[in-house]
Amino acid sequence: MKFTRRQFVKGGVTAFTVSCVAPAFLSDIARAQGASRRNLVVLYLSGGNDSLSTLIPYGDSFYYSRRPGIAVPAANVLQVGTDLSGKVLGLHPRLTGLKQIFDQGDLALMQRMGYPNQSRSHFHGTDIWSTANPANSSGTGWLGRYLDALPDPVDPLVGWSTVREVPHSLKGREVSVPAIPSVTGYAFLSPNSGVEATYSRTTMATIASHVPVDRPHVAFVNGTSQAAMATLDRVASVGTYTGTVAYANNGLAQALKAVAGAIAKGIGTKVFWVQLGGFDTHSNQRVTDANAGYANLMGTVGDSLLSFYNDMRNQGLHDDTLVLQFSEFGRRISENGSQGTDHGSAGTMMALGGGVRGGLYGTAPNLDPNNVDGSLENSGNDVSYETDFRSVYARVLDGWLGADSIAILGGNFKAGAPNIV
Amino acid sequence: MQTSQWQLLEHLIRRAGFGATPEERNSFEELTYRQAVASLLNFGPTSRDIDARIGTPGYLGFTSRNGFTPNTVIADARQRWIFRMVHSPAPLREKMALLWHHHFATAYSKLAGSFGAVEGTRLMAAKPSEDTAGVRGQIELFREQGLGKFSDLLVEVARDPAMIVWLDGNTNIKSRPQENFGRELMELFTFGIGNYTEEDVYAAARVFTGWNLTLLGTRNTPSARYAFNYRSAQHDTAAKTFTFPIYSSGSKVIPARAATTGMQDGLDLIAALAVHPETARRLSRRLWTWFVSEVSPPDEAWVEKIAGVYLSSGTDMRQVLREVLLSAQFRDPAHYFQRYAWPVEFVVRSLKEVGHVGFSANDALTPMLNMGQSLFEPPDVNGWALGPQWFSTGGMLARMNFVSALATNQRFELRNAARPFRQTPQAVIEWAMRKTTMPEVPAHVYNALVDYTRAGGNWTGSETQLLNKAAGVVHLLTGSGEYQFI
Repeated sequence: MKFTRRQFVKGGVTAFTVSCVAPAFLSDIARAQGASRRNLVVLYLSGGNDSLSTLIPYGDSFYYSRRPGIAVPAANVLQVGTDLSGKVLGLHPRLTGLKQIFDQGDLALMQRMGYPNQSRSHFHGTDIWSTANPANSSGTGWLGRYLDALPDPVDPLVGWSTVREVPHSLKGREVSVPAIPSVTGYAFLSPNSGVEATYSRTTMATIASHVPVDRPHVAFVNGTSQAAMATLDRVASVGTYTGTVAYANNGLAQALKAVAGAIAKGIGTKVFWVQLGGFDTHSNQRVTDANAGYANLMGTVGDSLLSFYNDMRNQGLHDDTLVLQFSEFGRRISENGSQGTDHGSAGTMMALGGGVRGGLYGTAPNLDPNNVDGSLENSGNDVSYETDFRSVYARVLDGWLGADSIAILGGNFKAGAPNIV
Repeated sequence: MQTSQWQLLEHLIRRAGFGATPEERNSFEELTYRQAVASLLNFGPTSRDIDARIGTPGYLGFTSRNGFTPNTVIADARQRWIFRMVHSPAPLREKMALLWHHHFATAYSKLAGSFGAVEGTRLMAAKPSEDTAGVRGQIELFREQGLGKFSDLLVEVARDPAMIVWLDGNTNIKSRPQENFGRELMELFTFGIGNYTEEDVYAAARVFTGWNLTLLGTRNTPSARYAFNYRSAQHDTAAKTFTFPIYSSGSKVIPARAATTGMQDGLDLIAALAVHPETARRLSRRLWTWFVSEVSPPDEAWVEKIAGVYLSSGTDMRQVLREVLLSAQFRDPAHYFQRYAWPVEFVVRSLKEVGHVGFSANDALTPMLNMGQSLFEPPDVNGWALGPQWFSTGGMLARMNFVSALATNQRFELRNAARPFRQTPQAVIEWAMRKTTMPEVPAHVYNALVDYTRAGGNWTGSETQLLNKAAGVVHLLTGSGEYQFI
């Protein structure tokens, strides 16, 4: 017996139904739904990534004059060529991993992404990027709405947050995404060990299989328990995943390893969430600290993504896997008094994967504080957005996930989208 | 359904408190229902301070991180609040504080991001009598005034430094009115969407221009604290027009005032919103879902009656709560176990019912995060998503695994308590069901439990078998769907 969660949430008690269709392998549902094995892995760099240190306009003299203590010397950047406006750009020297992927043509770097009147608040900014709604950022997340729009029945493992909380982006009205920060933590524990623990698990599953039709609310919770018990082994199977490459022993790399495992084992998840914190760099950006602060963050991002990319490619899975990176805002152009940068405006997004049209998108700002070409705002202090981030969401929804971006985003944002997939 | 007085009292204490230990149930069940309601409601502002018992043997434990400093370290504040919920002789005080924490949802992380972890904790949780500068954290406001007049509570919330940071009141100045607080005051705190326009939001933002903070004392010293400060120079003195009446005369215009007296604008708006009939109805509906049922839709006659008491009593929440708890709808056995337990309610109830000797409140914090509720950290100003939305697969596993850890921790206590019932598996199961104030479970569930007690060998009631199975049955019951309701 399978209880359908969404009908309950959608229509309340009266819409409660019990279906006797018990799919043996829920990953089959996911395949049937998308008619593809495509995955989306969202990487959130939390705290507001200093995009000007990630993708460096090393030909702009104002980059050096406004950032005397934190600018990366031109000789050290990893050159990635010239954008449409003729500006030369280079990746941070610790992003050697991303440089390799860029050279394969599988990394898109999208400059000056943002939205009108950009929020400089972590909280509000994150909500806006999550909901894709600057006017009202308290509703459901854009990926939650995508999952809500999938046809019934939706596999309880359709989404997977690798952090402890389910991020706002993945919050839907009907579909509930599990937070599985640790594969080993998504397990059933028992007060007893050995065979007694097995008895507990069997009994809990039996209890959860009970569907009291006169008490749909209890049936609903039992349905959730049942889904949990039914997905334990699939998640646990990821725990045995070793990968074809070595992953570093840090949170991001290990999260990406779990994602790779889930994809490789085909457990049916379509949307993954990975996250790295520490980007609120009001300090710790001193360029001479090549092995600290911001430089280490870049190293972690680049190396982890390269491991993941190679692992996927080795198994022929990278064509089905898209990594989309964002952060809630870029940072102030001029450095502050503590070798860091304060909250700013537009920033760089990245897309990575075998299906990605790699290259440089958008145009770098001219960092002359006089704002000579309109690429700055806030009296020349911040980078102004050029491309609405929602156009990238639209492109991913329409072009990658085969969804209807207009319905999910509540408007047509297709215009001006970087042609990444 | 056949019900008895003790079932009604257990229902009352689960809803108006967090459940009861077996000892508390014994003392409670000697009261008439009215007496029990009165005893819950009539805690004074100086009811026995249970905090003094923290660290006392026999009470829920805590985990020290270089000391226990609940006024300045948020994890310790969380431990202290859970301790209070488990042990307070005035559980309704903690319950109301929790409900207002949801209603006026303010999150520690934003405060800590603005002012650092210590100030963030002080603004949320500091107890005035223990804080070096007498800071009253937001939760202490709710504990002090949770059953006072709602109109007074609204004023205090509007002046609360944590709220001012949370909803950006400190950036609300006349040249650039910040709408955040004004909007949420109407949308979430009082009458709700549908009763105001965008123009009202702009006007409300202007009303609260200048409601700001100041740092008293010397920065970075223990005497320093953030306090409410009305900055008259930042107040928009022009008249503000609303689409709803502000004054009993029916006038919808807050008149132009001198900057020095302009703070009265906000007090006038709050007073109007507090007694608006739609505020009364919206609060009544919330009280229905918090106290009566999340399964049955609000009984509109009940909503009108409670709203009437709210208005006629001058927004006195103690009188309102009395009416709620004495209402036939609250006492209706059909509504028992029709409230989805919040993670914190589930945790505290299980600690009270299963046991807590030698268990640390700290060991509930990570599980609660996994269940989707961290105290002092609602996801946004809307509060937590209640009801069915608490239940994800990961969240449900976190619930099951918390009670597994608890039953493991309590296994010897459970074995000892179950010993008188060792003759038959059924007796042990009945004992565990009474211990956890479970409703009757269907035969299907009951039989599964009987099978469980016999799995691995016939029932002998040996010490080893009892040790395993008493904890096992308690885990299965408290991890079941039925136990996720209060």
